[in-house]
Amino acid sequence: MIKKLSNIGDCGVVCDFGDEVNQKINTDVIKLFHFIKEEVSRGSVKGILNYTPSYNKLIINFDLKKINSSQIIDFIKSVNFSKLNFSQNKKEWTIPICYDFEMDLEYISKTLKIDKNEIINIHLNTTFFIYMVGFIPGHPFMGDLDSKLFLERLKTPRVKLPSGAVGIVEKFCNIYPYESPGGWNIIGRTPTILFDRKNESQPCLLSPGDTVKFKSISKKEFEKINNE
Amino acid sequence: MNKNFFVVLRAGINTTYQDNGRFHMQHFGIAPGGCMDLKSYFIANALVGNNSEEGVLEFAYQGPLLKLVKGETRIVITGNVIFQIIKKNNEKINGECNRSYNLNEGDQIDILATKESVYGYLAVEGGLDLKPFCKSVSILARAQIGPNEGKKIKDNDKIIFKRNSNKKKNFITKVVDKTKDIIRVLPGPQFSFFSKESQDNFFTKYYKITNLTDRMGMRLEGSIINNLVSSNIRSEGITKGAIQVPADGQPIILLTDYPTIGGYPKIANVISADYHLLVQKIPGEKILFKNVELQEAEQLYKEYLNNISKMIKNIKEIN
Repeated sequence: MIKKLSNIGDCGVVCDFGDEVNQKINTDVIKLFHFIKEEVSRGSVKGILNYTPSYNKLIINFDLKKINSSQIIDFIKSVNFSKLNFSQNKKEWTIPICYDFEMDLEYISKTLKIDKNEIINIHLNTTFFIYMVGFIPGHPFMGDLDSKLFLERLKTPRVKLPSGAVGIVEKFCNIYPYESPGGWNIIGRTPTILFDRKNESQPCLLSPGDTVKFKSISKKEFEKINNE
Repeated sequence: MNKNFFVVLRAGINTTYQDNGRFHMQHFGIAPGGCMDLKSYFIANALVGNNSEEGVLEFAYQGPLLKLVKGETRIVITGNVIFQIIKKNNEKINGECNRSYNLNEGDQIDILATKESVYGYLAVEGGLDLKPFCKSVSILARAQIGPNEGKKIKDNDKIIFKRNSNKKKNFITKVVDKTKDIIRVLPGPQFSFFSKESQDNFFTKYYKITNLTDRMGMRLEGSIINNLVSSNIRSEGITKGAIQVPADGQPIILLTDYPTIGGYPKIANVISADYHLLVQKIPGEKILFKNVELQEAEQLYKEYLNNISKMIKNIKEIN
């Protein structure tokens, strides 16, 4: 539940759910996120412009012409958390991954003293929960990896990673939606398009709160999907 | 097709289409974007009789050179901009900001430079003919979102406008802005992370705007801000004007095209009423942060809006 409500600047409110990062706390964040998103699309609250969930916080941005911080805070306080639903909005995805496109498996294997195939197996057997999407469009932050695979970021981030590169850091796994620099340990690549500039109704495939399981594919299958 | 258009003879260095911004998308990682200086944007649309959320051309420092190839129209440039209208017969008119001009086929607009400021705006009567993406025509160049395939305007691009206009009347208004070096802020969520001395320095010492400044952020240089707690926090949603302090102790102000989530502690947040003044400051200028209360910030925003309404109400026809 919300531990603290406060303003951030004059057109934002932070709903702080506490310091921990776990799926239970994040599920509460996402429940509130879905509720606000629906209230806004129903037109029952005016002036809210954005609602951004992260691990343990929901930030609400609003149009100060129409509403202010204390009105937003009153609105959040009036929400009956016990009635918020979650499961109906949640999607379960299976995302293909080709581990032949790894860049760091050798390094991970040496650092953690785990066989490459075991690393892949742990990754394939994890059902990932999407804590949040962002930083850049369509970019998911997913967890939780087995603690056996915990790693730091690369000391020197790579200047260029291809779209679909799958990386791990600590208990998290991410997918780079388009070509960008990045400092995560790359274990494979997916041909799935996470951010589609041509799809106006749903440009981003994944949403906070969805779950992801990876499915291993060969290079040949990767190329086939890529060319579709 | 009977389209009216300009051709871009010189694109300028950072010319994009912008409007009010793109909302309800931040949870997907898409920042709102939109015009950096919304005040100049609203005044631009008002001076050519457009609705307030019509798309415009935004430029920075050196603007574009445009030739009206087909059609007639009325345009306005706002901000603090040096420009010329070059008539078809080569007659040159030194342009005045916040005043509309009629253009005929063959005329050119040469936007030479913004003066002691960064951003300027060109609005065309009736609006530009642009394909919106998620209800906005703002270009988010970093993610290649928006019209023109999400890219900055290039040489030889066509700028198509919606309708011909042969009205001969023109309009003007007086735009006043107090140029001041004080930027007012509210304390950020991690204000208490910083040492007492650093908190005091933040509000009493000048910070210089560096060259590492663009639509996404403004890097400052000045007294080091010491963090006593942690220079990394759990990533959280970003708001426009958030002032974050990474491990090196030099603040970065997140601007209109901000990354949607970030993991650096935030010492303060620029108030909405001063944001348009901040973004118009050029590298090398120094600013001083002043702490205000939330209610004061809200009141100042009302005054900012009233000020814009007054300028729009005072639009007069030129005789």
